[in-house]
This record gives sequence, structure tokens and C-alpha cells, in this order.
Amino acid sequence: MTDSVANAAATPEIVQPFESLGLKPDEYERIKQILGRRPTSGELAMYSVMWSEHCSYKSSKVHLRQFGEKVTPKMREHLLAGIGENAGVIDIGEGWAVTFKVESHNHPSFIEPFQGAATGVGGIVRDIISMGARPVAVMDQLRFGAINHPDTARVVHGVVSGISFYGNCLGLPNIGGETWFDSCYQDNPLVNALAVGVLRHEDLHLANARGVGNKVVLFGARTGGDGIGGASILASDSFSEGGPTKRPAVQVGDPFAEKVLIECCLELFKASLVEGIQDLGAAGISCATSELAAAGDGGMQIELDQVLLRDPTLLPEEILMSESQERMMAIVKPENLEAFLKVTSKWDVESSVLGEVTDTGRLVINWHGEQIVNVNPATVALDGPVYNRPMARPAWLDSLQCNAANDLQRTNNPRELRAQFLTILASPNIASKAWITDQYDRYVGGDTALAFPEDAGMLRVDEGSGLGVSIATDANGRYSQLDPYQGAQLALAEAYRNVAVTGATPVAVSDCLNFGSPEDPEVMWQFSQAVTGLADGCRDLEIPVTGGNVSFYNQTGGASIHPTPVVAVLGTISDVANRIPGGWQDDGNNIYLLGETTTEFGGSEWAHVIHNHLGGLPPKVDLVRESKLAALLSAAARQSLISSAHDLSEGGLAIALAESVLRFGVGARVWLREVMDRDGVDLASALFSESTGRVIVSVQREDDVKFRGLCEARGYKVLRIGVTDSQSDALEIQDLFTIPLDLLTETHASSLPTHFA
Amino acid sequence: MSRIGVVTFPGSLDDRDALRAIRRAGAQPVSIWHGDRDLGGVDALVLPGGFSYGDYLRCGAIASHSPVMTEVIAAAKRGLPILGICNGFQILVESHLLPGGLIRNDGGSFVCRDQKLRVENTKTSWTNAFSPGDEITIPLKNGEGGYIADAETLAQLEGEGRVVFRYLDVNPNGSMNDIAGITNELGNVVGLMPHPEHATEEGFGPDTKLAMRNGTDGLRFFSSVLNTLAVA
Repeated sequence: MTDSVANAAATPEIVQPFESLGLKPDEYERIKQILGRRPTSGELAMYSVMWSEHCSYKSSKVHLRQFGEKVTPKMREHLLAGIGENAGVIDIGEGWAVTFKVESHNHPSFIEPFQGAATGVGGIVRDIISMGARPVAVMDQLRFGAINHPDTARVVHGVVSGISFYGNCLGLPNIGGETWFDSCYQDNPLVNALAVGVLRHEDLHLANARGVGNKVVLFGARTGGDGIGGASILASDSFSEGGPTKRPAVQVGDPFAEKVLIECCLELFKASLVEGIQDLGAAGISCATSELAAAGDGGMQIELDQVLLRDPTLLPEEILMSESQERMMAIVKPENLEAFLKVTSKWDVESSVLGEVTDTGRLVINWHGEQIVNVNPATVALDGPVYNRPMARPAWLDSLQCNAANDLQRTNNPRELRAQFLTILASPNIASKAWITDQYDRYVGGDTALAFPEDAGMLRVDEGSGLGVSIATDANGRYSQLDPYQGAQLALAEAYRNVAVTGATPVAVSDCLNFGSPEDPEVMWQFSQAVTGLADGCRDLEIPVTGGNVSFYNQTGGASIHPTPVVAVLGTISDVANRIPGGWQDDGNNIYLLGETTTEFGGSEWAHVIHNHLGGLPPKVDLVRESKLAALLSAAARQSLISSAHDLSEGGLAIALAESVLRFGVGARVWLREVMDRDGVDLASALFSESTGRVIVSVQREDDVKFRGLCEARGYKVLRIGVTDSQSDALEIQDLFTIPLDLLTETHASSLPTHFA
Repeated sequence: MSRIGVVTFPGSLDDRDALRAIRRAGAQPVSIWHGDRDLGGVDALVLPGGFSYGDYLRCGAIASHSPVMTEVIAAAKRGLPILGICNGFQILVESHLLPGGLIRNDGGSFVCRDQKLRVENTKTSWTNAFSPGDEITIPLKNGEGGYIADAETLAQLEGEGRVVFRYLDVNPNGSMNDIAGITNELGNVVGLMPHPEHATEEGFGPDTKLAMRNGTDGLRFFSSVLNTLAVA
């Protein structure tokens, strides 16, 4: 029998399975207090899922506030919509705006890697459409267990083919991303997906339900039993004896349905047939109705039996919680309804009118004539519990930081350094990711100006002017394990630098914060440190965080992942024709190293690969210096003074040199003596240290004087360290070793295929 | 000005790119919806890449029954220049305008790469601006691009010089005889797996020896058809 509101009021004694749905006893009491009675099973379903960590950010909210509090008026200048909307929107000039966001799909991707990763892409793309934007590109940030662990190939194959299957079918170029391997992710792979969309200013659609009498329309795929987590507990409990049994908790994606839905939405936007719109992701109809109502006029009346179902036996609680993919909810003026339905039917997209917007302040949901939900939507969507969870600096951190990597034995022997160089080049985190990225379409759309393996992806937004955006993402879990505050800033600094080396100017930040359990005070401390580091860093760089995502509970048993705050930085470039490649193409260009090198091996690739060591402090970050460097690169790009630029990060100068050779197969002669003398470092540090604020650029001889002048005027340290040589087919480090191009290519290219192909 | 149509099916992806390439080549692009029953009097036609109908059943199989295809098939037989790219090639094969079939890549995965091709036949409507034996590089990106045909068909294609493009250096999908593209008896219908429309603008195509992403070898497909139309 249906658990109606009247029934709930009349039967206060009924015991409800709130704990199996993830609610704490005090949270359940609060729901009863809000309603003045026990919740119906439908209401319980809604509250449980909307008050979950994933939807309510209840453990992270108190920390995330900093992103808003540390914003200066200058940082707000270009924000059309910020945190709180589905994805922040940034004004990039010429009437254009962009929106971008990263989201995690970690847990589903471990259980079912293919569908988990596929629906991760689908969900983030719908977030972008909800802002009125045309999605134009995706990137993904993947972290897997040790490359040689027997289970890693299962997860890698599933995740990569899931992204390939879904992303390629949507017609969105995949323009970059990251892939890491570390045993800390063995049972907790991280699958983060980023999407970016573009729109004209006037097309911005905010997710709210305004206008009393406006229709609430659900359209897209039919609602099925997939992705129902908690509802199956309800269904198998006291409320519905003999109901359906436990259903799969991982959603199943249909990229074709999503592609059609994208085109359908864009046509609806173009014809101005939509007043408000929201995608259905986590918590499905519960989330969409309560959030739309809470952000709009406050009320909504829904007839739940109007929902088109894939499975007619679904119970109302399951319909409310279903996470079936490829669905959207729109608010439509009654006079536009006919035109709206004409567009949806052109695209063969099914739609049903569920109800309308009211000003009652109540979200009322009926099921076959009986009222099963009657709540204030704000109590579901906005006023969930907020926790200030206990924090504690990890007891192990001091000893980890004291175990300095700088004390590890370093060699000056050329033969040993050569061997170390090749070992690092072949290591899973440094090796070529072409085996993965060659499974993604980077061309579709015809606007890809830069893609893998460049430091950042770049897309043209305006075909007439060449206006474009550049995006990079970064995170180094080892750095964050050593110092989460610094680790977050290092991720920010690297993503920022990666955008800058393409010639673009960084303007906005998004994040995806992957951590262990918030109920562990040590994890909560790491989280709080990372958020503070990121917020402080953004304030120093004067670019805002425009949105983000938190993923907690990335741990199995007692072991949590390294804190992994993925930071995405978006930059703008007035004409993508001025972009800078990441490798050498021309003969006889001078190679310059910008920035200073100190001995910094804490959390480095060298320490990890050569010594299997993690300890000490991560490299120092100087964000003021990073912004000086970015301004210098941007000026050099505008004046066309540099023919390539490549960021120094994991593996240090040695790996940056190798990658610059490998990009187009042009060799070089390089000397390290002057770097060693000027900065007072040994050979191993010059080659492998991971000091920040460094970039190598190549400069044509005729631009030499101008380029040096530019660096001098801006007070940035610069040294000529080599010259490109297209005849040599080798990377020669003078007085040390020479590595032929063939060997470099083979070493770099073979690691992933060896394990996965 | 010549008018060249591009058919959009549900799930087409490279339709905008094809329209843009046509514009860049100096013709007027015309967008055609798969539900249309006429071709709006276009002078030539492109069936673009993508995953029409999600590749359900078989790639191109459902699209080949779209309302517009009745007229496409009739126009092909009348000699209208038609280019099928990737999924468009698959649709031409499913419509029996071109022989053979396209199956899952032999490596099992989707492949995206800058692909070198040799132009084998320069007499078709879409290749007359090339010289025999020209080597070109255009992007390839597909999951089901392995060309197959029975021995008799293969022999006929080879014998009649109807293999238009062959993969060079790498056969990326296990295609028989390294076949990348073929034509019909008349030479007006050409289908190929790689994407010429993605090599038509400097800065957005494949890498070349000279500069990053600067390859524009795909432009000559479109100048070829403009030659054909100018003569006709």
C-alpha cells in the first residue's frame, strides 16, 4: 500500500529503515521535527538521498565557504554565475561565456568500470547543458592502482573503453587529462571527468523554477530501476512486501540518447522555449524537483504517475530516487508547451508534463491521487545537516616529513644518471599515455587547437576572431600526502603554469577534491588544509574558484587514498593562432630554462621510481612568482618570441627535455654546467629536481635579444641551456650522455602497451 | 556557387565539420535533415561521420533506412557526387551503394590517429584534384573501420581500380588489402573511413613536418568535387 501523507500522520509508530538509507538517528529526528510527523517512505527516500554526503556536502560545506570568503572584487569581475549553480560561468569577452566543471565517479567506476566511467562523462556533460551551454570538450583525470597489480588492467580497460565509448559517441573532443598509477588507488580508482561548454551571455539558463503556473516537464530517457541505491532498501523493507528486489546500483549509459538530448536542448534554448532547466543526476527526480523549487518561487506540484517508466513495476520511492541517465527537467511556460513538445518529438525524445510551479512554498508529489510528499523544498535541497567534523593532524605526518628525500643517495656518475633517466622516462606516471588517448576522438568539432600530449588542451570558441580557451588539470597525491596545504597549491600552480605555457591567460579555477572518509579526523584535517591551500592560492593568483565537487570515502578498509585535490585551470587567448606548442619543431633554436632549481626531491618521481621512497616536504610554491612567469609567457606569445614552451613538473628538467624532443622528433644538445653553477645544485638535482616556477622555451636566433630583454625587464631568471638540432636524432646532455631518438621513443611509448595492449 | 548538402542523422557528429569544410572550399553548404524526403536540389552530397542511431544493430544500418536515403540512393544512381565519411561510408555500404562491409577494428578499440594514405584512383568525383600515388595525411577516428569483402568483390574492386585510398605505414583497423576507401562503378560515390573534413584548416588538422596541426590535405577532396561540378 502507498505510504501517503495522511497515512504517515496516522501511523507515527511505524519503524522506518532510516539507518539503512544512511541517515543518522539525529538526522531522522530532525526530519520528523521539520515535518511535524514521521516522513512518508517517499519523503524519507528524498531526504536520505539529498542529505547524503554526495548531494549535501554536509562535511565539506564549512570548509568550502572559504572559496567565497576569499574572493576579491577583482576575482568576481568575470563571473556570470559562481559556486551554487551547476557549474560556474565565466565571461571571456566578445559576448561569449564558458562554463566548466569536474566531477567524480569514483565508486561506480570501481564496481563497474565501463559503465561507471561512461556515466561519469554523461553526468558532467548534462551539468554543462543545464547552464544553457553547448558542451564543446571533455577531459578526464584518472588514477589507478599499481600498473603491475593483477586487478589494475581490469579497471583500466573498463574505464578507458567506457570513456571512449560514451565520449566519442557524443561528438565531444577529448583534449587532455591525466593518468596516474599508485598503489594507494588500488581499491579506490579515481575517475574524474571534466566538461567545458560555451554560450552567448544571453543564453545563460539558471536552474530554477519560476513563474506560477509554468509547466514542469521531464524529458529524455525513460525512468528505470538503475542507479537506485537506498530505494531498494525501502522497497525490500516493511513498506512493500513482495516488491521488486535489490536492483543494480550502478547506472547504465546510452550515449546516443545523450547526444540526441544535447541537440534537442540546444534547439529548445535557441527557440527560447525553456524558463529553467536542470539535469537529473544523483538523486534523480528528488534532486531536480526540490532544487528547482527551492531556487525558484518555492512551490511545485507533481503527479508522479505521469513519469514515463521503463519498468512499470517501479514503486514511487524508486521513481523518486532512480538515477536513470539521459534525463532532463525543464520549466516551460504553458503557451510554449506545444512548441516545446514539437522540438522534443523532432528529436524522438520522449517527454511528459509532470506538474507545475506553485507559490505555496511546498513541494507536493501525488501518486495515483494520493499525496505521498508534502515538504518545504528548501529543507530537502538547501538546509540539510552541516557538520563541523573533528580534525586532527595525522600522527604519522611528522615522521614522514622528517624522512627527507633530499637525503637519499644521489649519483654524479654519467652511466648511472643515464640509466635513471631512462627508468624514470619509462615509469608509469611519466610514460606516454597515447595508448589511452588514441582511443579518444580529439578532432570532432573542428576547433581543437591543442590536445594531448600538450601541457593543456585548447579550443577555439569564435571562428571569426580566433578567441579561445585553454584548460589544464593537475594533482599530485604524493605531494598532498606530505603536505595537503602545499599539495593543493602545487596542483594549482602546475595547472596554472600548464595553461600559461600555451600562451593563454589563466582566469578561473574548478576542482574535484578526492579524499578518504570525513569521519576520520586525520582525513578531515587533510581536507581542510587542502581547501585552505587552494583558497589562499586562488586569492594570491587573483583567479576565482567557479565550482567544484567533493568525493569522500575513497578508502577501503583502514587505508585511504593520498589526498588528491584535482585542480582545473581555465585560461583565455584572444586568438588561438598565437598558441605555443609544447615541443621543438625547428632546427637551431636556442633553448632557455626559466626559473631557478633547488634540490627538491620530496614526493618526486625520482624518489618514487629510483628509491621507492615517499617522505620529506614537497617542493616550495611561490604563487606570486608563478603569476610573473605566466605574464612573461603571455607577453612572449603575443610578440611571437617563442616557438615552444613546456612546463617542468614530475621528473624535472630531464623529462621536460625528453618530452620536448619526442613531441615532433627534433633532437637537441643541452648543457647543465651553468645551471649547476648559478643555482648551486648537483647533477642529479639539475636533472630530476621538481622545483616549481620553471619552464623551458625555445627561441629563434633572431628573437634572442628581444626575448632576453623581456625576461630581464620582468626580473625573471633565465639561462640558455641548449640548442635544438633536427639532424642529430638524439638528446645529448653534454659531458654526460646521449640518447638516440629511437630509444627515447621506445622507452617512453612502450610501458602502457606492455601492460594493457 | 555550387551547393553541397550534408545530411544530419540522429547521432551524426561531424556534420558541422563537413559543412564548415565545404564553406572553406568555396561552396555553399546546405544542411539536410535525415527526415527530409528531398535533397533540396544540391549539386553534391556528404554523409558525415558519427554514430547515427548509436551504431545500434550495425553501424549505419538504421540510418540507411532513414526517409532521406530513398532519394540519396536514387540520386547516386543518377550520378550525383556523394562522399561518405566514416559513419557515412558505413551508411553507403549498408545502402548497397558501395560493396563490402565494415567491422570492428582488429585491435578491438577505437583508434584516433593522423593517418597516412595513398591516393590510388584520381578519376572519381572526389579525387580528381590529386595525382596518382599522392601520399596524404588526414585524421582517422573509428571503432569499426575494418573493411571486408568476399574474394570476388575484392578482386573486382582491385581489377577495376575502384580502391581509391590505401592505408600507408600502418593499417589501423585490419582492413583487407589496406583499403581505406572505395568508389562505385560510376566514380561518383566515394566512401572512406578517414576524415578529410578534419584536414581543411591550418591550425586544426594533423601535424605536418613544417608546423603543428597544419595539414590541409583534406581540402583537395572538396576542390575535386568543385572541378567535377564545373565540368558538368
